[in-house]
Amino acid sequence: MLEIKNLSASIAGKPILDKVNLTINKGEIHALLGPNGSGKTTLLMVIMGMPRYEVTAGTITFQGKDITNATIDERARAGIGLAFQRPPVVRGVTTRQMVEICSGVKDEGKTMALAERLNLVPMLDRDINQGFSGGEAKRAEMLQLLAQNPDFAMFDEPESGVDLDNMAIVGGAMAEILETKEMRRTGDRNKAGLIVTHTGHILEFVNADFGHIFMHGSIVCNGNPRDLFAEIRENGYEECVRCNKCQQ
Amino acid sequence: MSAIERLKGKRAEWRAAAEKVKDKPAKFGPDVDLSTFIDPAERPEVATLKSLDNQMREAALYAGVDADETYRSGSYFQVDHTPIYRKVQEAYEGQLEIMSTNEALEKYEWVQDLWWTAVPVDQDKYTAKAEMEHTGGYFIHVFPGQKIEKPIQACLLLAENNVSQNVHNMIVVDEGADCQIITGCTVNTKVEHGIHLGISEFFVRKNASMMFTMIHNWAESFDVRPRSGTIIEENATFINNYILMKPVRSIQMFPAAYLNGDNSRARFNTIISGKKDSYIDVGSKAVLKGKDTSAESIARTVGYDESQIYARGDLISYVNESKAHLDCRGMLFSDKAQIWAIPALAAVGAPQAELSHEAAISPIAEEEVEYLQTRGLTKDEAMSTITRGFLNIDIPGLPPVLKTYIDHVLDAADKEAL
Repeated sequence: MLEIKNLSASIAGKPILDKVNLTINKGEIHALLGPNGSGKTTLLMVIMGMPRYEVTAGTITFQGKDITNATIDERARAGIGLAFQRPPVVRGVTTRQMVEICSGVKDEGKTMALAERLNLVPMLDRDINQGFSGGEAKRAEMLQLLAQNPDFAMFDEPESGVDLDNMAIVGGAMAEILETKEMRRTGDRNKAGLIVTHTGHILEFVNADFGHIFMHGSIVCNGNPRDLFAEIRENGYEECVRCNKCQQ
Repeated sequence: MSAIERLKGKRAEWRAAAEKVKDKPAKFGPDVDLSTFIDPAERPEVATLKSLDNQMREAALYAGVDADETYRSGSYFQVDHTPIYRKVQEAYEGQLEIMSTNEALEKYEWVQDLWWTAVPVDQDKYTAKAEMEHTGGYFIHVFPGQKIEKPIQACLLLAENNVSQNVHNMIVVDEGADCQIITGCTVNTKVEHGIHLGISEFFVRKNASMMFTMIHNWAESFDVRPRSGTIIEENATFINNYILMKPVRSIQMFPAAYLNGDNSRARFNTIISGKKDSYIDVGSKAVLKGKDTSAESIARTVGYDESQIYARGDLISYVNESKAHLDCRGMLFSDKAQIWAIPALAAVGAPQAELSHEAAISPIAEEEVEYLQTRGLTKDEAMSTITRGFLNIDIPGLPPVLKTYIDHVLDAADKEAL
């Protein structure tokens, strides 16, 4: 579904991504682990096509099409979705409007049903993200992605700033977006996903199939996400660099 | 002495005062030569608004005046110099009256006594012309204690080119009464050039409430000089909504609300979209004189093309127990456009008065546009959605019918811009 080849990118002339290679097939959920500042968020932003990031080398192919130079909205309409870590406040645009924009139709019943499930009914007529708590902002991101129904969904630190109750709601919504709730086997699913996390807590609610350690703008190790986390908890991220097994 | 005879004497006084300032330019805005306009032909009255020609109905509708009066309690319609229609719907008879101000002046001495008390006749050459060549205007009087749920509508339309429409309007919302008024000032599509001088004097009596909404739809070579004043009595509330979305050559106005009564409240909501080479100088002034008075002035302006917008806001307090706030924000979409936000606060002998303002002119944040793009909107659609949201002022207590109507006007202008 998504193929990234030798991708390098910079922001304001400063290199951030360095020759990233990653393939995500239909039905696969990948977790990207790494310390703060390693470039995980940048990778998501580059996949989404944010213009302040400049692709200096490599290609991004989605559903067989080269989207390296596509605009953000072209990628969104092609089936890529993104849940932001810190979504911006958009004054004058309500949560309800955002749901309608995402789903492409005005369906009062559907909007209300989604909002009820995510406990966001009181937020529907408020400006999106205006005065939202951490949990509300994350749930609002899930609400929009559920309405958007992307084939490939990216989640940037979905557990950050979220308490345990909210994490269960967010995790439940992610599982629904990624079709892992009903279809536990990779081959049965039509969706794919990439989850950025540095704590790994969210993986207790969404089962990822593959894990990658991301450091200094590159993928430095691949493996089972749970094993990778166990290793990180024990020895820290620097051990991944020293170990270097994956690179051999 | 009859009211008509009394009026002659009053007219002489007003005209003498007007005569003295007939060449006095306004403090703000470009000076307009008033000598070039013609007198239009009188127009026949109509039995229903539905019988107006399509062009007029459409122009009126765009300014919020609905020819199908189902959702209105009463209507006034004036074309050029002629009041052609006024009606109070049957269900509201005995609750309010609507007529032209010419009729009201001849009928009521108390109207004569209120005339030129909220706006000075000798303000400038535009008030002078409105007095010396008075060509109608609406008089709306809501009787004491009446709660009028459906809006009252008034339309001042220009159908001929090169006409100076010099209307003088008066609204009196009597003690304990409550109403919403929609005024549409507009032109037929063939009208390119002309001037509208609109004097508006409003009186919101003790414990009364009035929400006044005015839409201006003018033409690219049209000049507009409204002069408005509202006197607000004890425990009364006045809300003024103003919307300008279409190009105009020049408009200059600075409506004032005088909060004379204790515990009176006023709020101005102003939405302006400057297009083409429009010169727009629009302010609002709240003068707080009563105890425990409060005022709020909210303005949202967007400047396109080569437009110049001056968004003024004066808050003046003479009493300690008063509060007022001004919130003026602008967005500029062209490197040839200008927005000037000019707030002014004054506490006069009132050290405990609380007056504040926030004014900002800033671009649309890129991250907001990108956020909407990640949800599938193109960049243009995202910017339009954010701009539309920026203009979407939350007006507390706005009745659903008025909200729908304001949304309709903003949406229509938005579609036209796209």
